[in-house]
Amino acid sequence: MTAHDPALARPNAPTTTYRYDEYDAAFVKERVAEFREQVRRRLEGSLTEEEFRPFRLMNGLYLQLHAYMLRVAIPYGTLTARQMRRLADIADKFDRGYGHFTTRQNLQYNWPKLVDAPDILEALAEVEMHAIQTSGNCIRNVTADHFSGVAPDEIEDPRPTAEFLRQWSSAHPEFSFLPRKFKIAVTGAEHDRAAILAHDVGLAIVKNHEGEIGYRVVVGGGLGRSPFVGKTIRDYLPRADLLAYLEAIMRVYNRFGRRDNKYKARIKILVHEKGIDEVRDAVEAEFAAMDRSVFSYDPAEFERIAAFFAPPPYEAPPAESQKLRAERAAHPAFGDFVDVNVAPHKAPGYAIVTVSLKPIGGIPGDATSQQMRVLADASERFGFGELRISHEQNVILPHVKQDDLFDLWKTLDAAGLATANAGLVSDIISCPGLDYCSLATARSIPIAQAISKRFSDLSRQRRIGKLGIKISGCINACGHHHVGAIGILGLEKKGQESYQITLGGDPTFSASIGEIVGPGVTAEQAPDVIEHIIDFYLAERQEGETFIETWRRIGHARFKDVLRREGEDGADI
Amino acid sequence: MAALRHPQILLASDLADGEVLFLGANGWERDHRRARVARDAEEAGALAAFGKAEIAANRVVDVYLADVAVGADGVPTPLHYREKMRIKGPSVRLDLGKQARGAA
Repeated sequence: MTAHDPALARPNAPTTTYRYDEYDAAFVKERVAEFREQVRRRLEGSLTEEEFRPFRLMNGLYLQLHAYMLRVAIPYGTLTARQMRRLADIADKFDRGYGHFTTRQNLQYNWPKLVDAPDILEALAEVEMHAIQTSGNCIRNVTADHFSGVAPDEIEDPRPTAEFLRQWSSAHPEFSFLPRKFKIAVTGAEHDRAAILAHDVGLAIVKNHEGEIGYRVVVGGGLGRSPFVGKTIRDYLPRADLLAYLEAIMRVYNRFGRRDNKYKARIKILVHEKGIDEVRDAVEAEFAAMDRSVFSYDPAEFERIAAFFAPPPYEAPPAESQKLRAERAAHPAFGDFVDVNVAPHKAPGYAIVTVSLKPIGGIPGDATSQQMRVLADASERFGFGELRISHEQNVILPHVKQDDLFDLWKTLDAAGLATANAGLVSDIISCPGLDYCSLATARSIPIAQAISKRFSDLSRQRRIGKLGIKISGCINACGHHHVGAIGILGLEKKGQESYQITLGGDPTFSASIGEIVGPGVTAEQAPDVIEHIIDFYLAERQEGETFIETWRRIGHARFKDVLRREGEDGADI
Repeated sequence: MAALRHPQILLASDLADGEVLFLGANGWERDHRRARVARDAEEAGALAAFGKAEIAANRVVDVYLADVAVGADGVPTPLHYREKMRIKGPSVRLDLGKQARGAA
């Protein structure tokens, strides 16, 4: 039996994603029933908030600034059309007609009621979704490259590994009460699109000298209050040892990770304080001493999971579509979209399409229920019914025939989803900030909107080139500002919102943490400052140089100096 | 009677739906303009004690006092921008939250 066995086919279910077996379905259904009972007991008063809080967090339910918030897991960012439609239906029935896609490939509803949460979870379970472990001190939703399975630079699709880890980590009794949350990301490509060096554990699929597939294991990366780039703990880990080795890492963290101070409880602090060599020694000792038989690798099981992610039944169009060439020439706006939002695909004649959720002046990552339905329909019409959510808060259609790109573009354009800015300066990552989040110290969305409007001219954006601006509304760094080429952190300063700007962050295999460029600025000043920085980059860059390359070549001090001088010249920076 | 640096109101979140509440003269209100204002430490203590009892009664969560300025019309306005946000709704979606219903 394979994942493409017609006997397994269901309406609207693509053949390229994992599908629940009886155990998965029963587990999720039981969790819904359990949470329904917990909510009932909370509302009747037999559970206090203190008792209930860990239960609701384990089911993704937060209490935010204006209402509850439900964070729904989208495992490794992969969604079916049917699931996307269900997300839209939930948004309409239980929320306010929209959802917010996050930097961890999840979706957040900003207005659910506690009394409705069990019904929402039941509606999710019906389409093989849940909100389990999207919060709390446990192993969170495993994220992956949003171009998984279709990128030409891929060694292996990371989603089977991510699904393997999801099954291992879900409700793992030993790791349900960790010192802090724990995030894992996987990439299988030569270019890291999953920011694995910014995670507690990052896995890069690699081949050894014998050509066997295994993993480079990175540990201790993370953003937040104390940002660190992850360090390699194993250059090559055979696949057969993956679960046992991760179990050993988790045990060492669980045993030695600090519980006395939540700000020092992440594994990155353990790695920083002890050093990677001492942590490696402890992990290797645990790995050598543990009973590994319970984690013994069953190749058949891995292959069973991998089969779900087999390529869809591609047709065999020409590698270069003449139709596409003609339509690009005839429709310049479409040509711009193809230039910026369409990436090469490993299958000849196909393309990967990034649908930007960053319209000029819009709210990064937000999609209305109607847009979700358009995306679901488009994925079925043009791409085997599969969608991806990127950590950059965009939606990916991973299997679009080049011949279909123009029709897809027209469909997207009619729904306000054809902004040609993927990877450009207005494709800003932003956390919800103080507009929604109870932890935030400042708003982040209005800053993103103001910068987006400042650079609204798409031709100007293209001249600037790829440039990642990332904004967080507090030190927890959900907006990944530390790894933004330009990072913006919202803080409170003397009772006012203030924004600290960093330069030189990089989320890829050449990862680096951004450096502060000067004193904090106000919300009104932020677009001016960003524009000064970018103008300086444009003046200094050499042929073909990206922002981060220019910054590394000429040095942080030059950027800092130019901003200081701008301030002295009266720009009030 | 100990003075307060600023007058205060009591905020909470409704247990069942999570909406922001303000303690008024006759119980919880959803519009801050109907909030009861504590003008000294004794009054603030009474508000806080009521809030604590309401937590114990499982009606509200996340209860706290916030500093306000009281206008000539007697309406309290929070001093901190966080609570200014809470009395209205998201600044980027004026069609949502209390502001959409004409509050604030």
